Amino acid sequence: MNLRHRAFVCRAAAWLACACMAGPVLAQQATANRVPLPAIEAARGEACVADPAFMRRNHMNLLKHQRNETVHLGVRDARASLKGCIECHASAATGSVAQAPGDFCASCHSYAAVKIDCFECHASKPAAAALPANHPRTDTGVSRPQGVLRWPQLASAR
Amino acid sequence: MKSERDSGAKQALSGRRSFLGLAAAGLGGVLIAPGIHLIEVAQAAARGTAPAGANAKVRWGLLIDTTKCASGCSDCVSACNTENGLAAPTRPTDAQWIRKIEIKSVATGRAQSLPVMCQHCAEPPCVDVCPTGASFKRADGIVLVDRHSCIGCRYCIMACPYQARSFVHEPLTAQKPEVPRGKGCVEGCTLCVHRIDAGGGPACVEACASAGHHAMLFGDLNDADSEISHRVREVASKQLRPDLRLDPGVRYQGLA
Repeated sequence: MNLRHRAFVCRAAAWLACACMAGPVLAQQATANRVPLPAIEAARGEACVADPAFMRRNHMNLLKHQRNETVHLGVRDARASLKGCIECHASAATGSVAQAPGDFCASCHSYAAVKIDCFECHASKPAAAALPANHPRTDTGVSRPQGVLRWPQLASAR
Repeated sequence: MKSERDSGAKQALSGRRSFLGLAAAGLGGVLIAPGIHLIEVAQAAARGTAPAGANAKVRWGLLIDTTKCASGCSDCVSACNTENGLAAPTRPTDAQWIRKIEIKSVATGRAQSLPVMCQHCAEPPCVDVCPTGASFKRADGIVLVDRHSCIGCRYCIMACPYQARSFVHEPLTAQKPEVPRGKGCVEGCTLCVHRIDAGGGPACVEACASAGHHAMLFGDLNDADSEISHRVREVASKQLRPDLRLDPGVRYQGLA
């Protein structure tokens, strides 16, 4: 009786120890499941203007550099243009990059809690009527320009 | 804000710097052949470094023939609204980039109708008063607002003698991809800069011509062979308020 009782106590202690160790792990998994991860919709086009890892970190620098070039110097056909981003990344469902919470820009920016101001002035949808027949938006041909961006940070990142 | 101002200053300085650099090279090497002036070398260098975008040798301008501009016709205004995604103004505070005005001489009773928009001055007062550098003149003479830097102070609206600028009071939706506009910024006629950069001309000029009026002519005032240069050489034309000596790029023919 005494031996049995002791064995039960040992087993209970072992279970308790296991539960204590497993507790934080289970809690972490639950937390991870509650956070809505950004859903990145596949873009049209063969490749982005730079690696996805580089773009995640530096797209804002590329856009800021390009906006000054375009507004002040009139350089329109540059690769790192917001219009170019929108033409490839507009959602198939909404046709926009920032209209619905799941759209390309909006989903990542809500995950990172960074307010996005671009689309208070800029159209978040590509101009459908202005697109040529072989344009990515028509989903038949792919025409994003290929090659390497000439940007100092791009060289240093690689 | 600081970096934007710095970049603007750099752009302004870059021309002078390259000229000084070339001047120093010319003085040091004494290799410039007779008949080749430094200014030509500088212009050639500018062509080599910036092939795309606004060309400093160009001065875009308009010539408006008021004798062909019909009273009551607003084809240019509606073309501007369509091209730039502006709603037809219903209130005095709504944005308007081009407007038709009717004038009548008190002495003779002669009535005239003409469009007035940003006059794209060579010495723009809106640029002088802008505290952030948002109002600027491009190398090819087009006066623009960089909405990224505009804080909406509206000094430029006060400074402009042509009342050519508007303020956007309310949030906008459904902007054109080529023409970003938004609440809290001042805006005005851009001479359809997105079309010019693509090799075209302003929408108002196109609409006026396609309607058969041909009252507006767009072109390079610096190019002696352009149609607009021929016309301003041959017929009498006027700038609005020449007494202010702002040298507008828009000229009016037949204005009395």
